[in-house]
Amino acid sequence: MAQIFHRSTNTLSRLSIYGAVFIMAALSWVAWQVEQSAYFTDVNVAREQPIPFSHEHHAAQLGIDCRYCHTSVEQSSFAGIPATHTCMSCHSQMWVKSAMLEPVRASYSSGESIEWTRVNALPDFVYFNHSIHVKKGIGCTTCHGPIGAMPITWRAESLYMRWCINCHNHPELYVRRRADVFKALYTPPSNQLELGRELVKEYKIQPPHQITDCYTCHR
Amino acid sequence: MSERNHNPLDLVQIRAKLDSDAGQRFWRGLEELAGTQNCADSLDHEFPRDPAKEPREPGALSRRDVLKLMSASAAFAGLTACTKLPTEKIVPYVTPPEEIIPGKPLYYASTMPFGGFGAGVVVESHMGRPTKIEGNPDHPASLGAADLFAQASVLTLYDPDRSKVVISSGRIGSWSDFLAVADQARQKHLANKGAGLRILTETISSPTLADQLRTVLAQFPMAKWHQYEPCGRDTVREGARLAFGEYVNTYYRLDRADVILSLDANFLCYGPGAVRYARDFSDRRRITGPDSTMNRLYVVESMLTSTGATADHRLRLRSSAVEALARSVAIGLGVQGIALVGARPNVPADWIPALLRDLQAHRGASLVIAGEQQPPAVHGLAHAINDALGNVGKTVVYTAPVEAAPCDQMQSLRDLVADIEAGHVETLVILGSNPLYTAPPDLDFGSKLLKVPLRIHLGLYDNETAQYCHWHIPEAHYLESWGDARAYDGTASIIQPLIAPLYDGKSAHELVALLLGHSGALPHDIVRDYWLGQKLVKEEAFEAAWESWLEKGVIPGTAFPPKPLNSGVAAAHISPGAQPNNSGSLEIGFRPDPSIWDGRFANNGWLQELPKPFTKLTWDNVALVSPRTAERQKLANEDVVELRYAGRSVRAPVFVMPGHADDSVTVHLGFGRRRAGAIGTGVGFDAYAIRPSNTPWIGTGLEISKTGERYHLVTTQVHHAIRQDGHEVEEESVTAEKRGLMRVATLAEFRQNPSFAADPEEEKSRDLTLYPNYPYNGYAWGISIDLNSCIGCNACVIACQSENNISVVGKTEVDAARDMQWLRVDTYYHGDLDDPSAYNEVVMCMQCENAPCELVCPVGATVHSPEGLNEMIYNRCVGTRYCSNNCPYKVRRFNFKLYSDWTTPSLYGLRNPNVTVRSRGVMEKCTYCIQRINAKKIQAELEDRQVRDGEIVTACQQTCPTQAIVFGNINDPNSRVAKLKGQSRDYSLLLDLNTRPRTTYLAKLRNPNPEIKE
Repeated sequence: MAQIFHRSTNTLSRLSIYGAVFIMAALSWVAWQVEQSAYFTDVNVAREQPIPFSHEHHAAQLGIDCRYCHTSVEQSSFAGIPATHTCMSCHSQMWVKSAMLEPVRASYSSGESIEWTRVNALPDFVYFNHSIHVKKGIGCTTCHGPIGAMPITWRAESLYMRWCINCHNHPELYVRRRADVFKALYTPPSNQLELGRELVKEYKIQPPHQITDCYTCHR
Repeated sequence: MSERNHNPLDLVQIRAKLDSDAGQRFWRGLEELAGTQNCADSLDHEFPRDPAKEPREPGALSRRDVLKLMSASAAFAGLTACTKLPTEKIVPYVTPPEEIIPGKPLYYASTMPFGGFGAGVVVESHMGRPTKIEGNPDHPASLGAADLFAQASVLTLYDPDRSKVVISSGRIGSWSDFLAVADQARQKHLANKGAGLRILTETISSPTLADQLRTVLAQFPMAKWHQYEPCGRDTVREGARLAFGEYVNTYYRLDRADVILSLDANFLCYGPGAVRYARDFSDRRRITGPDSTMNRLYVVESMLTSTGATADHRLRLRSSAVEALARSVAIGLGVQGIALVGARPNVPADWIPALLRDLQAHRGASLVIAGEQQPPAVHGLAHAINDALGNVGKTVVYTAPVEAAPCDQMQSLRDLVADIEAGHVETLVILGSNPLYTAPPDLDFGSKLLKVPLRIHLGLYDNETAQYCHWHIPEAHYLESWGDARAYDGTASIIQPLIAPLYDGKSAHELVALLLGHSGALPHDIVRDYWLGQKLVKEEAFEAAWESWLEKGVIPGTAFPPKPLNSGVAAAHISPGAQPNNSGSLEIGFRPDPSIWDGRFANNGWLQELPKPFTKLTWDNVALVSPRTAERQKLANEDVVELRYAGRSVRAPVFVMPGHADDSVTVHLGFGRRRAGAIGTGVGFDAYAIRPSNTPWIGTGLEISKTGERYHLVTTQVHHAIRQDGHEVEEESVTAEKRGLMRVATLAEFRQNPSFAADPEEEKSRDLTLYPNYPYNGYAWGISIDLNSCIGCNACVIACQSENNISVVGKTEVDAARDMQWLRVDTYYHGDLDDPSAYNEVVMCMQCENAPCELVCPVGATVHSPEGLNEMIYNRCVGTRYCSNNCPYKVRRFNFKLYSDWTTPSLYGLRNPNVTVRSRGVMEKCTYCIQRINAKKIQAELEDRQVRDGEIVTACQQTCPTQAIVFGNINDPNSRVAKLKGQSRDYSLLLDLNTRPRTTYLAKLRNPNPEIKE
């Protein structure tokens, strides 16, 4: 009876037995890379929107304050998405014929909301609060990236828990002066660590064991 | 199900056991005393009916086999953790409402109409969705508290079984077709002056609706307005008429009463003023130290109620014998013209004289309250006694009737039936009520109704009555439409809607407006115009006043002034009631169910699953009997008996209730619904089937016979039981012998030994550990529960369920001890089997500082917070249940199945968006309402300050009518909770385990009359 397996399979089996550790390591590495990838995290993936709204143009070039549209960011957990009315407060005067803005005008006249695609989303068991972060000197761009350089909006960070925890453990690396919180483009100063330590004290940011407590975000 | 361990409890043996303990023992119920397997399992296991140990059919896969087969799929299932978040849409407003800040709830004052009376509520609204009901602190009937019905009413709003369309002769109709029919009927009755037009409502106190109905009667002089409320206050009204010759509203000032006698009145949990009465009553017995005083409550009652358990002296007496007792009390107090009728009630010899002396010693500060089930004569006697004691104007206040048109409602219904029978009725408009189900069977309402040529029904549900009407119009829930109502003292308030009608429902105001030819009139305008016409304020100031009424939730100055009653009490007219004390035969007592009332909440899962006070029964009603009667009639729990009364019969399961009067059977109304919805239809038996119209509450001559069948009842009495004696392995511990879960003393004993309840010093010590103690430097949250205030009304259980998105599991799952309520009310009995004292104890997660659950979690899903909370992180939980197994208080709840309804769209609106909706395989428990703590902590930090004492209130605390639950920061010595915990009555549960619970209790005190021997 002929051999079922060719001789070379012996080498293969030996390789797979002795190389198991490496194979597992390689698989883990691949899984890790996939989990990090833009496919999973949506980081740096520009989302298609009904209107190609440019933060770069509105926030950086025109200098419109973040809070003009995201009105509840200082009071509520939710920063707020501008109502059609907010868009129309300018666009009833300017670019009134623009084809790009047709969905805005349609929404305003029909009373049907514009359906935006959500860019930054957290799972439902995470209870994030914008107001307290803004109050404690965490700027918009810390989480939302260089929003003033985004012609259309994408997610800048993975929003994974370890990413959140990193800042909750070391807020001094990210905190900035309250006056700078709403800057659409911000580069931390060279003495960030020194300034950060000072601001953590000044803004009474709670110690890491308090703000890494599970009930801070989960309930 | 019914084959499972069915050894009827041996009452003789139980009695012997209790005698041998010389009355020293606290017991949780008959099952515990009998030592049933079920009870032993409950003590030893958190989940006594482990699915792995359940008997299985031969050939069926075992749990193990299933696991083996599933291992491969399980391996792949691990990959599901790597799913991407779905892409979501975000939909902003077109024009945002000014007051809404997304993510922040708004609160609106409104009024819940119940039984015709209004209770002030404050409703929490998230982006236009009402999610939670609270009491309105500015409303006199609420003072910030809400009862279980108000708490649960928000679930009714979102009930997917509510009627959604106009139904015309059983088919889907349209509102415009109905408008044509209504107009046709109007034209016809305009021509015949309203002859044949009849309107049937429940009790109405709404000034606007009453005004509209009066206008209808003026336009159609021959028309009639009938009222019928199945569990209404006929006896109260007729009692006042006996005493004063006219209808009078009576309300009580319990804040001024030192000695209270309740004649079969469950006044702390029942009736339009109950929430306020509970607050006033408990304020009068709040203990701060040995110098504090307490009022004294005497209760005479048949069935053990929350009021009876709170009493300092409870006398177990058949309801039909209460009148004789009331007469002896009246005669003893020198009320003229009272005759002693019937046999003298069997009362301990020293009881009545001691009571009389106590009442007389507190003239003007005493109070006698007659129960709503007692016949008018007893109410008349109570008026006479209060008059003789000089209580009128002090603890008893008389005002004009709160009901817009007080009448004898049973007679009103009889008249309607007689008119139908005589063919006088052409058009019958039924507003809100369900007479086909609730009318006494001797009136034969169902078949009579069919003789009416045009029948129109307005109701929340397509129910029994709707089925027999030509037209059914879906009714707007009180959270959906405008209206008004008066409270127990006459205070008027506006019903302010929170949401537009979900199913295009109409309010009674709109339907009556149709009769008046105002089609298209909006309820808002109807109500507003009525109050504008009342000229309470100048016309130009009305708009501002209206706004302030809506904001406050009350219309100031509308409470009725005390009514001078010159005539005095006509005691001589108080003839004996219909039922003399016929002690030879069995008595039957009908009562509305403590959870689902007269049946209107039958389709409310929260209320159906709520363990009823003392019996802890869920999902059923029963025939309650005393242990002695059960022995005499050879009855045991779950025996199905046939109750024959007044020529009719019904089959009911028996339940033995310690403390029930002998030779008496109590049945609860509201069950056995034939068309209630998916939840309520067919649950329990219909006690209305044997309820006669002439004795709707109490009657004698009941016959009872065993059918030999059994019916499985589910009670949570022994679920989550804590071992009261030391466990074998703990024998070395002295204190484990007697763990004192419930600590009780009399006021006199407390004064002698203020720290009678204190835990031993060595147990309180913080040094019983090898590790350094954790320093709690910031906030340290804690709760103090005053058992002296708790009346066991169950409002906190529903408040918790509503706040925390707790799911309903159904009868079979409750049977397996998988009930999900985070907060439970444990009942402990003490003393004799027939006449025990009963005590309630609210138990939720103790937030132990040394939490046993935290140590055993393999995945770190339950951990400790720097503020001392014992955290439960759902998204981390893998469902090992080790934590629950290690919890000595048994306060953890496990989602064995997907109990939360994730598919019914209407229920999405109900959920609190700040609490995770838990899924299958996840442990959950009380979090001290962490979502409320975090919201206030963030608010405080935004304002650069510390959280103020009293700023954070847990859901249970907020709704508690007696303010028995207080939450706060125990690190702040000036906080309320720290002061309460500093009292000498403070004790912890199971401190012998060194768990250091953050929830502690204040021991219960009783204030018995030293002249009465126990």
